[in-house]
Amino acid sequence: MNMTMVPSNDFWFDVGPLRAIPQRGARTVKTPRREIAVFRTASDEVFALENRCPHKGGPLSEGIVHGRKVACPLHNWIINLDDGEASGADKGCARSFPVKLENGRIYLNMSVAAAP
Amino acid sequence: MLDQPNAKKQKLVILGNGMAAGRVMDELFARAPDRYDVVVFGAEPRVNYDRIMLSPVLSGEKAYDDILIHTDEWYATNKVDLRRGELVVAIDRVAKTVTTQSGAVEAYDTLIIATGSKPILIPVPGAELPGVVTYRDLDDVNLMLDAAGKGGHAVVIGGGLLGLEAAAGLAMRGMTTTVVHLMPTLMERQLDPNAAYLLQKAIEARGIEVLTGANTAAILGDTCVESVRLDDGRTLTADLVVMAVGIRPNTALAKLADLNVKRGIVVDDHLRTSDDNIYAVGECVEHRGQCYGLVAPLYDMAKTLAATLAGETVDGYIGSTTSTKLKVTGVDLFSAGDFAEGDVKDEIVLRDPARGIYKRVVLRDDRIIGAVLYGDTADGSWYFDLLKKNADIGAMRNALILGQAYQGGVALDPVAAVAALSDDAEICGCNGVCKGAITQAITAHGLTTLDDVRARTKASASCGQCTAKVESLLAATLGDNYSAAGRKPMCKCTDLTHSEVRGFILSKELKSVPAVMQELAWKTSCGCPSCRPALNYYLLCAWPGEYADDAQSRYINERVHANIQKDGTFSVVPRMWGGLTTPDELRAIADVADRFKIPTVKVTGGQRIDLLGVRKEDLPAVWAQLNSAGLVSGAAYAKGLRTVKTCVGSEWCRFGTQDSTGLGVKLERFMCGSWAPAKVKLGVSGCPRNCAESTVKDIGVICVESGYDIHIAGAAGLHVRQTDLLGHVDTEDEAIEYIAAFMQMYREEAGYLERVWKWVENAGLDKVRAAIMDDADNRRALLARFEKSQRAVRRDPWAERAAGREQHEFTPLATLNSIIAVPAE
Repeated sequence: MNMTMVPSNDFWFDVGPLRAIPQRGARTVKTPRREIAVFRTASDEVFALENRCPHKGGPLSEGIVHGRKVACPLHNWIINLDDGEASGADKGCARSFPVKLENGRIYLNMSVAAAP
Repeated sequence: MLDQPNAKKQKLVILGNGMAAGRVMDELFARAPDRYDVVVFGAEPRVNYDRIMLSPVLSGEKAYDDILIHTDEWYATNKVDLRRGELVVAIDRVAKTVTTQSGAVEAYDTLIIATGSKPILIPVPGAELPGVVTYRDLDDVNLMLDAAGKGGHAVVIGGGLLGLEAAAGLAMRGMTTTVVHLMPTLMERQLDPNAAYLLQKAIEARGIEVLTGANTAAILGDTCVESVRLDDGRTLTADLVVMAVGIRPNTALAKLADLNVKRGIVVDDHLRTSDDNIYAVGECVEHRGQCYGLVAPLYDMAKTLAATLAGETVDGYIGSTTSTKLKVTGVDLFSAGDFAEGDVKDEIVLRDPARGIYKRVVLRDDRIIGAVLYGDTADGSWYFDLLKKNADIGAMRNALILGQAYQGGVALDPVAAVAALSDDAEICGCNGVCKGAITQAITAHGLTTLDDVRARTKASASCGQCTAKVESLLAATLGDNYSAAGRKPMCKCTDLTHSEVRGFILSKELKSVPAVMQELAWKTSCGCPSCRPALNYYLLCAWPGEYADDAQSRYINERVHANIQKDGTFSVVPRMWGGLTTPDELRAIADVADRFKIPTVKVTGGQRIDLLGVRKEDLPAVWAQLNSAGLVSGAAYAKGLRTVKTCVGSEWCRFGTQDSTGLGVKLERFMCGSWAPAKVKLGVSGCPRNCAESTVKDIGVICVESGYDIHIAGAAGLHVRQTDLLGHVDTEDEAIEYIAAFMQMYREEAGYLERVWKWVENAGLDKVRAAIMDDADNRRALLARFEKSQRAVRRDPWAERAAGREQHEFTPLATLNSIIAVPAE
């Protein structure tokens, strides 16, 4: 493959409208490389994390969203939505991905989300 | 281009005579009074007035003359040629002229578009009927005043800033007023649900009816408006309808002139449009992707534009941080910045339920990023100032929420703090109890617990907000003799225990999560994963059929009605009533397992079949297929009734004394679907040999020749415990009645996640026995409440979801597939 990447590297993919995710909820975006959980907080902020808890791989998209955190549904680890870090005594990090909201639609930066 | 010192004066034409245009002129004349010949075209037949003060005019608190910004004399003094009531219909950018409706042509060197915004009209049938008005200018206010003079009913569509101000004004003018708001809470863009709850209370206290989550379907009437119909079928009588659902930038002229227009007229940091000779300012513009509908940004823009026009070198406009205040007399409300639901570390919350005060400051890295104040907004501007300055508030964090007046104080430890108070200091605001009265009661009556103090003095017996203070007083008065043991607050969001919260929900008739959090002085704005599911259950239990379940406050298993497994797949357990099944049901289960390639099928300890390893997106289809064979959810995921295990009983067994299987089926059918503080498992054994292991169940029945022994409070998990005998009844009907009453007592009294055995140990077996076995009236009342609550849950959650409910739970938001990359040429 001799394809060269465009220097700006920003490929924002429209993954759907904000209203498709309940407030204090999450839904997944399936990509060839990984499953990504897109979260919507009570105040309509959006965050994207790899849908795997750093503890035992639990699907973070199924957890209870509170503030800018989510509680993993398997063992209740609390993960920060903005950087994916586990909070409190637990150590570990879920990978986070650039995501943005424009005119009510959610865009995921696929040049990052599709990278290894 | 602008610097032509000796040339003839430049001609500046302004389209629009609102607040933006007025402010630009004020700023411009202050800098360069003689630089331009100014011509202003105003669509309204009057001078420039303060549009944001229209609400006090509507309510009667101000007159038109009070809100004038520029009088006729001002235009004369500043030599501004005001063409009032003259609408400009076209801009010729090549000839640099504008044309009015009457055909007049005016040339310009520089043009400013300040056409503001237009109210949004919702496209419902009847929107054009006489009697339907918007709320934008003085003409609208006059129309409303005419209508109000005749009395009758007003319906205001829109529960935002403008809508609420209109409603308050019309109510003050004597109209019976209803606000219809599409979203679940008022002013949802400016307020969090807590402040919105207080606001709604205050609006309703003015006699204004507030309907949230209400969608207008049509406006009805023959020759003029008569009523408003909502999409749920409700009809509201209306002599006047005010549409106040929002505004959109008025860009028609700019579009016609082929300027760059997106949502608003696109301008750069110097307010220049895509044409070098044309500027735009105010609500009609879009700057860095942002449109504004408040006055502060418009003033910021006017300053930059005026400086630019005056030929100064300016940095440019960088956008505005906005704050909001509602102009309804007696309602104090302030919001600014980003008050996203932060986590506990990132916010400081102060609530005073007795005075209806809620203050919340949101922080990030020791800087204020947002604030919501209700009831006491004195410090709003102080917080807003700190926010705009991005000031480090680390040093004053402890007293930040108390406001500017409290800076510089030193935080005391709580016991020392109450000890330092004078005897006449008020501890309990609700019941007016001062410190002296409490300490005196403690010493005089030998009180040792919080409940003692509550019973004797009423302190902290109303909203519970001063609970921590009263406890500190007990500690200060009794010293080492005080032990707080046995009182465990629900979570870090409150000082109240589970049972105290449940008590207040009933006594104060709290019917929503924001109501609970405000009236009971929650220390966080939105709770935590520990209290939210608990409150959701308590409200559901207290107000069956009335409280709307909050799915986002439930654990995943209850939210999707299946059990999550370690690999993220789910298990599905259909009900097998009393452990009975049929060949058809078994065939249906086998077919489902085949069709969906379900890897593991297992018999559970509760006498049913578990299908393990179902993919989440397959759940609705799996349920649909099970439903078609008559199988419904077994609630194996629920904090609620799970299984009723039975033995075969007198029907087949040579030792059986009663029809234990039949009783088990009846109990399961009667009690299924009920939510409880924790899971509830039943067993019914046909004889004392106890093949159904009923004596380690939450509720167990042992059938005997003379009837039924009802057992409670067994456990066979981490903790193993044999049941206690609740009592004996003679008939099957009685067994069902007593068991359901017991279940209801448990539902009403236990703390969330507290299993039956634990609750019975804490409450005391004798008390439970007396309430169920001895007090027939109480038992029948419990049964009636259980039956009422069951009426609200008699639906199969699987069938609802198979039919499409909560579909978002089961499908990905998006699936992105890889595409073959095509190399560039």
